[in-house]
Amino acid sequence: MLNRKKLTARLGQLLIPLIALALLLLFNLLRDPGFFAIKVAENSMGGKVLTGNLISIIDSASELAIIAMGMTLVTAACGGQDISVGAVGAISGAVFVKVLQGMGAITGPSVLLGLVACCLATICFKLFNGTLVAVFRIQPMIATLILYSCGRSIAYWINGDATPQLNSPILSAIGMTIPGIPVPTPIFAVLLVGLLLALVFRFTNISLYTQSVGINQGAARLNGINPTFIKLLSFVLLGVCVSVASVIGISRLGQLNHKTLLVDIEMDAILAVAIGGNNLGGGKFKISGSILGAYIIQMLTTTLYAMNVSPVNVKAYKAIVIIIIVVAGSPVVKEKLAGLFRKKRSGGFPAAAKKGVG
Amino acid sequence: MTGANNASRTRRREPLTDAQLLTTISICIFVVMYAAAMVFLGGGFLKVQQIFDLLNDNAALIIISCSLTIVMIGGGINISVGGVIGFTVMSCALFLNAHEGGPMTIVLTVLLALGIGLAFGVLEGFLVSYLEIQPFIVTLAGMFLSRGLTTMLSVNPVKVTHEGFLALVKAKIKIPWLGYIAQNGNLIPAKLEIGAVVALCVVLLVYLMLRHLRFGRNIYALGGNRQSALMLGINVKSTCFWSYVLSGLLSGLAGLVFIMHKPAGNASVAMRSEMDAIAASIIGGTLLTGGVGNVVGTLFGVMILATIQKIIALSPLNASWWQEMASGAMLGFFIILQSVVLSNRSKHKKAN
Repeated sequence: MLNRKKLTARLGQLLIPLIALALLLLFNLLRDPGFFAIKVAENSMGGKVLTGNLISIIDSASELAIIAMGMTLVTAACGGQDISVGAVGAISGAVFVKVLQGMGAITGPSVLLGLVACCLATICFKLFNGTLVAVFRIQPMIATLILYSCGRSIAYWINGDATPQLNSPILSAIGMTIPGIPVPTPIFAVLLVGLLLALVFRFTNISLYTQSVGINQGAARLNGINPTFIKLLSFVLLGVCVSVASVIGISRLGQLNHKTLLVDIEMDAILAVAIGGNNLGGGKFKISGSILGAYIIQMLTTTLYAMNVSPVNVKAYKAIVIIIIVVAGSPVVKEKLAGLFRKKRSGGFPAAAKKGVG
Repeated sequence: MTGANNASRTRRREPLTDAQLLTTISICIFVVMYAAAMVFLGGGFLKVQQIFDLLNDNAALIIISCSLTIVMIGGGINISVGGVIGFTVMSCALFLNAHEGGPMTIVLTVLLALGIGLAFGVLEGFLVSYLEIQPFIVTLAGMFLSRGLTTMLSVNPVKVTHEGFLALVKAKIKIPWLGYIAQNGNLIPAKLEIGAVVALCVVLLVYLMLRHLRFGRNIYALGGNRQSALMLGINVKSTCFWSYVLSGLLSGLAGLVFIMHKPAGNASVAMRSEMDAIAASIIGGTLLTGGVGNVVGTLFGVMILATIQKIIALSPLNASWWQEMASGAMLGFFIILQSVVLSNRSKHKKAN
């Protein structure tokens, strides 16, 4: 009994997403045990790579997971979401390709330069968003609506209507697999970004400051934290995440299409944040929850594809599962369930789940 | 008598409220923009028909913008409106094609459209208000659901072939005295579609509701400060619920108006129109934080966005990406203007 309580307390907000993930896995196990098969296959270049549904889920959720990490920070600090990540990702991709084309041959240094250039461009656009949010006190969703509606046009303006093809072993190493390593590279990119963020949180106070700005900006300011700086920083970190994701997205396909690069990823990223149990109103956050949310979304999509659901209809089933997950995680239902599990209420828990609406 | 006079005098001395100020700004900008278009572009802009065309083309957008204004005043958001339009249009198109017959079919189509909107409204309202789930996520799920259901019904475009309905589509209200003389000397009357009239009626009704009905005032109270509204004895949950139901109903109506303008169902109908509606509401002076807003401003917000697109379509920069960039720049301009105006006012108030 005590053990279970301890476990619940430690997992906290991760409980619901973990249960959802476990149920999805169980569902697949019952439906078709072959879903989990992982095989070693040869790719077009003759290297050995691991294939299988699980690998493809973890691989194709990479962009989403990376963006969800940044989105969690922005959500926590600003109490709102950035809906321009897809459009800014397209701009970032356009800059990346422009730099690569300008350099001529695609070599290691030129890719690195392209990455730095697109990071800088993305950070500029995110600082624009961040300034509107932090200085002009505009709701994040509204502030980012501007770039949401015209970001892809800017990408078009940078790179024209063409969909340039980029064939290079370096890009395929980034987007698919490095020769000799059987695991797709994007998975390592997620690990790298996650690790960097974890290190930043371990050795700085940014995590704590972000939470305090999200919970009560005025109180944070009185305690000597600069809310403007923290909010801008969250947008900058999101910008870096977006540009990494866009480079992965381009490398994966070997081409740039400003209309389809990272399209609609903003909605999925916000969903990932919410499914991970984070409060969309800001405050406390768990990045691990958002990553878990990203994998749940991709798992769901892949499961539906495996069940021969047509790609255009996936959205409807996805919506139903999302509704079930958020209903299970809603404060009211949580309270009811908690009441069922323990008759005597120790208080605190239901109140803590709710955040005062100001 | 003197009391009434005093009251009116003090009211006149009172400065405009935030919402009135923002609405006034947007109306002024619309007038200035339209006048500039008349002077520099001339042509179509000199005819009354141009304004009617803007109304005809954007009737559905006007209605969903009203629906979003209601929800946003209540402190929520509804991004499923575009999806609901798409689903309604597709269902109505299939329904009309499957049933021949007279006016009864058309009445059933209207009921179907409103029913779909109502169903989405009730579902989302329940999840948002009684289960306290974040409105953004609930309506995002609603958007996915409606888009998915639309493609489940049909992936291919569906053209309406029902003759009675097509007659209704072609029916236009002609106003001869607002028309113009064509080059061959014939008088061409100004034409207004039924959908545009419906949209204007919706604006009027929602305006009256928000201003004079208890429910409307409750929405403002809810969006302004939920805790205070609760303390005042307002049933916060039911107000929130009914605002979403109304919003859903209006999106269904918008779907109907849409299919009366373009009688064909398509998986990409009204794609991303929810963001246009949000932009229109904001340009019209509604704050996403809730409690402030005006549906007349929203109407002008839609008209501003539509006029920009028309101006760019007639100018040498005729490309869809210029339109998008201009709309984005306009939105940015409005947002910053609002923020600066409001913060100046609050500083001024504090100083007093």
